[in-house]
Amino acid sequence: MKIALPIKFVIICSFLFLIHQIVQAQDNEEKIKMPESNNVCLNCHGHKYFSFYNENTEINERKLMNPYFVIDSISYLQGAHQGHSCIDCHSEDYGVYPHIAELKIEPKLTCVDCHDFEAIATEVKKSVHMEAFGEFFQCELCHDPHSNKLVKSDMAELVRYNNNRCLNCHNDVDKYQVFTSHENPQLLVTHDWLPNQALHFAHVRCIECHTAVTDTADAVHHIVPKEQAVKNCNECHSENSLLRDKLYKHQLKEDRSEFNFYKSFIINDAYIIGANKNYYVNLISLLIFGLTFFGILTHTIFRIIKRK
Amino acid sequence: MSNTKLYLYPVWLRIWHAINALCIILLGITGISMQYTNIESPLINFNSAVSIHNLVGVIIIASYLFFFIAGIISGNVKHYRLLFKGLLNRLFKQGEYYLFGYLKGEPKPFHITKEEKFNPLQKVSYVAAMYVLVPAVIITGVALLFPEMIIEKFYTMSGIRLTTFFHSLAGFFILIFLIIHLYVITIGKHPLKNFKSIVNGYHES
Ligand code: HEM
Repeated sequence: MKIALPIKFVIICSFLFLIHQIVQAQDNEEKIKMPESNNVCLNCHGHKYFSFYNENTEINERKLMNPYFVIDSISYLQGAHQGHSCIDCHSEDYGVYPHIAELKIEPKLTCVDCHDFEAIATEVKKSVHMEAFGEFFQCELCHDPHSNKLVKSDMAELVRYNNNRCLNCHNDVDKYQVFTSHENPQLLVTHDWLPNQALHFAHVRCIECHTAVTDTADAVHHIVPKEQAVKNCNECHSENSLLRDKLYKHQLKEDRSEFNFYKSFIINDAYIIGANKNYYVNLISLLIFGLTFFGILTHTIFRIIKRK
Repeated sequence: MSNTKLYLYPVWLRIWHAINALCIILLGITGISMQYTNIESPLINFNSAVSIHNLVGVIIIASYLFFFIAGIISGNVKHYRLLFKGLLNRLFKQGEYYLFGYLKGEPKPFHITKEEKFNPLQKVSYVAAMYVLVPAVIITGVALLFPEMIIEKFYTMSGIRLTTFFHSLAGFFILIFLIIHLYVITIGKHPLKNFKSIVNGYHES
């Protein structure tokens, strides 16, 4: 049987794609186990409903779990604290149900009890959040310790994950109003000046525009008042785009050379007018322009000489 | 030899050509300005460049549709029909004329008539410009006006990025066409002779 060349090409490409997918799937299969002791807690907190034996009434009861206290065990296992037991941070005394009432008002362990976040704390202190809410404003409001992770590889996922940290409150009236009596901001309306809004939302993080522009990584914690947010398109859409110091900081660190054609044309998965310049494309276009003018100039010179 | 006057460029064509030229120049300037924008010294303020580029882009779509349809109705499209047999030979002959024959004052290898108003090189470059480059830039341009609709990923490449690549590529070659076009029309008895034709419609030889 004779197979036409384009069909062969398609078959080979599909085959390569399949292999690529299988290899990727295998990479992801490495399993991390939930610490044994967490099962006690997740038995109830891992579900929307929980059941217990009520000794007073002598019946098995089934109740609705407060949705804000439900722990998604999959996100937990993907998060940075995946190996930790609940009781590493929460009191061991939670082991009984009903939980002891005093535990609710006892001071909890906080992030800085384990982590050294001095530099970040300095930036957070300048943030509008701190100004508005003072010491109420804690890391975990944005970085849920039950799922927080550093997304690095996939840009789209990185952006989505990061923006959800903000949207968690800014798009949830109930959570938002724990801290303020303001109405929930109408994000789509306040950002309606932004062209191609959906694309911007999917490809850049809120903090690109809403944090102070400096070159320290910690400065992303300095959320500026809305009047100071970046609104000039040119700040990002420019050769010296501020995204170089923000969203693309990691990527650029890994690849400082502007001579890497493959990287800058294919790997970057977004297009930013004015900021996606490629050394080779620039060179080739200048060359073609140059040759065109050179040709015209030479012809003109001959025309002038011959006319005499 | 008596001067012959041929009416080659009807009013609609001249109006289209003027609008088209103006649009292409504006699109070129704003396009380059956006691509090489720089916050300290933008050629044109970025936001204005985007607005002008979008607006003029829409105008040129209408203008192109007009050219396309009017060309068919009036029959002007026949001048854009490429006869492939012996084409290379004819192109070579015309090229040779521009490079050598013209400079030596030899006669033109192809005479302009009402049936054949373009020489082979003109014909090929006009077909390339009007039926390849401009449609390519318009199709990719319309897609970029509604970027949410472009497929997100073409394997590992961003769909938008790929579209912008072809958009700027086609735009770039239209500008190269324009530069050469502008130069080649000065080749004649008098540098402004051809320019006069596209204004008053008459070709004089
Ligand atoms: C300031 C800019 C321009 C000037 C002064 C100019 C001038 C001329 C002249 C003098 C002619 C008639 C000579 C000939 O047939 O070769 C012509 C024809 C033509 N020009 Fe241009 N041009 C300009 C821009 C453009 C641009 C931007 C395009 C397309 C992207 C274009 C496409 C054409 C085409 C297709 C024809 C042939 C029209 C026909 O007879 O069907 N021109 N132009």
